[in-house]
Amino acid sequence: MDLSAINPVLFVAGFLVAATPLIFAALGELVVEKSGVLNLGVEGMMIMGAICGFATAVETGSPMLGFAAAAAGGALLSLLFAFLTQITLANQVASGLALTLFGLGFSALLGQSYVGIKPPRLAEVNFGPLHDIPVLGPVLFSHDIMLYLGIAMVIAVWVMLKFTRAGLILRAVGESHDAAHALGYKVVRIRTLAIMFGGACAGLGGAYISLIRVPQWTEGMTAGVGWIALALVVFASWKPWRLLLGAYLFGGITQLQLNLQGAGVAIPVEYLAMSPYIITILVLVVLSADKSSAPASLGRTFHASS
Amino acid sequence: MKLSTLLASAALAIGLAGGAFADDKTKVGFVFVGPVGDGGWTYEHNQGRLAVEKEFGDKVETVFVENVAEGPDSERVMTQMALDGADLIFTTSFGYMDPTINVAAKFPNVKFEHATGYKRADNVSTYSARFYEGRAIQGHIAGKMTKSNIIGYIGSFPIPEVIRGINSAYIHAKKVNPDVEFKIVWAYTWFDPAKEADAAKVLIEQGADVVLQHTDSTAPQAAAQEAGNVITFGQASDMAQYAPMPRVSSIIDNWAPYYIARTKAVMDGTWTSTDTWDGIGAGMVGIGEITDAVPADVKAEALALKASIADGSYHPFTGPLKKQDGSDFLADGETADDGTLAGMNFYVEGITGDIPN
Repeated sequence: MDLSAINPVLFVAGFLVAATPLIFAALGELVVEKSGVLNLGVEGMMIMGAICGFATAVETGSPMLGFAAAAAGGALLSLLFAFLTQITLANQVASGLALTLFGLGFSALLGQSYVGIKPPRLAEVNFGPLHDIPVLGPVLFSHDIMLYLGIAMVIAVWVMLKFTRAGLILRAVGESHDAAHALGYKVVRIRTLAIMFGGACAGLGGAYISLIRVPQWTEGMTAGVGWIALALVVFASWKPWRLLLGAYLFGGITQLQLNLQGAGVAIPVEYLAMSPYIITILVLVVLSADKSSAPASLGRTFHASS
Repeated sequence: MKLSTLLASAALAIGLAGGAFADDKTKVGFVFVGPVGDGGWTYEHNQGRLAVEKEFGDKVETVFVENVAEGPDSERVMTQMALDGADLIFTTSFGYMDPTINVAAKFPNVKFEHATGYKRADNVSTYSARFYEGRAIQGHIAGKMTKSNIIGYIGSFPIPEVIRGINSAYIHAKKVNPDVEFKIVWAYTWFDPAKEADAAKVLIEQGADVVLQHTDSTAPQAAAQEAGNVITFGQASDMAQYAPMPRVSSIIDNWAPYYIARTKAVMDGTWTSTDTWDGIGAGMVGIGEITDAVPADVKAEALALKASIADGSYHPFTGPLKKQDGSDFLADGETADDGTLAGMNFYVEGITGDIPN
């Protein structure tokens, strides 16, 4: 065992990167679920974002354009879900699962000519002298813009949901779509916008994997992050700050267990490997001992006539 | 209503027509653990499938299902393939072993071929490649080229096939570089690019300048490329996109000749349950081009090692070797038999850490 082999600065920087795709995807799904829609297609939208972002970044040479395309790709795919569930009133669970299958297949088709290519690198944000602060500099001030955007969006969503009129309307639609409709709010329109926001966020999360975390394109490369994001929303009791905490816990412990394995710590690897799931769930379950519950209309179909 | 009736009858007609044709075609099914575009393990199995199609043309029909989780779900996929009339089913991951045996018991007329396992039945064959022969060559190059003397190894699951590879690489790295140390990280997945890349990054951060992988995607190659000055080896497939650096050579699985031979056997009615385990000599394991990033003398030694393994004059597990706990494994000049290799569940002397259960 040699704990000195673990560099704490690189470790923290590593887990911030590992958690970011999860933060984007889960945050988008949180807004969708707050509007009363359950979209199980996160994985599909992420992988679409991963390939749209990768392809655009490679073709244009600009990672930022890539992220823009990833958001657009995810939102576009989510529109399909919105059409199925909001216009044709199809079952949300089935539509979401179909979206995941479609996204995985379609992205594989789009990505065929992008295997083995190296994407352009997204530069670190230049914080000037802040970057030179010992320890804090490399940990906090040496990342790409998307990582900070992820944190900023958590704050923005929290403010929006808690303090703004728009957030109040969104929550009203999610709690009781009939009441919101009776008050004159356009339930379908609001939900469609929320679904598109969720799609765009999932797309950004996917592109973060293909452009920064790995960086390459491989079929099916999200490998289940979308499902973890879905679980995280529930365990975080639909609260943005808990979601951030959960994502960092999960990313942090995942990174930590790899580090401990590399350092040869004498904890059985089986326990290390399952620790991210167990600890994240435990902490969030304990936190959700208060009475926070799911949006009352979650997963229910709305039609103005009913 | 009318439209759906029409569609249903059309589907029925196609189904019947398909059924009529199915009799004179041999249907071969493949169950894959990752996507066919993983660039590694599953990619090469799919190349084998395409070779079968090319060889037999209209006489054969192949089907495959990708991303099949190891365990109960694979049993469902295999059952469906057998019900759909497959004559021969290749199940291409270690974790499909028990499901393959279970489904085979229910379909005695369907032939099954399970890769890398050890359980057989009258209608279940096993086949694998001696990847450890390739690992010996990797170990040699790794031991010669490492400057930090730390070699990172990304393991998938602690099964004999993976442990054998670690041992073989370690023995040959140690032989040329007594100071070498292996850092082993278990990813507990065959295919998860983000996790594989994370594992590679962690190993590199902890000082490794060579990363060996026993997972299926090219993600560790991308991570090594990003870090710079780290060398890797293509796993299961050539992964030549990452040559000449970081990928300096590779182990290539060549399943096509085997798949063609077994399909032919089913067509001829000569198929019997067998256990095939071929290596470099028989061509099932290929060594990808050693790039110019490797010094010429090291390259020449590696090629000589390859030649001696191919012609059988050298066995990668040749004594004297001790087990990790210090007990004797092989006496001087003794070579490991296939039974010991197939069930290998211990590290050789010098590797630190425990094998997870």
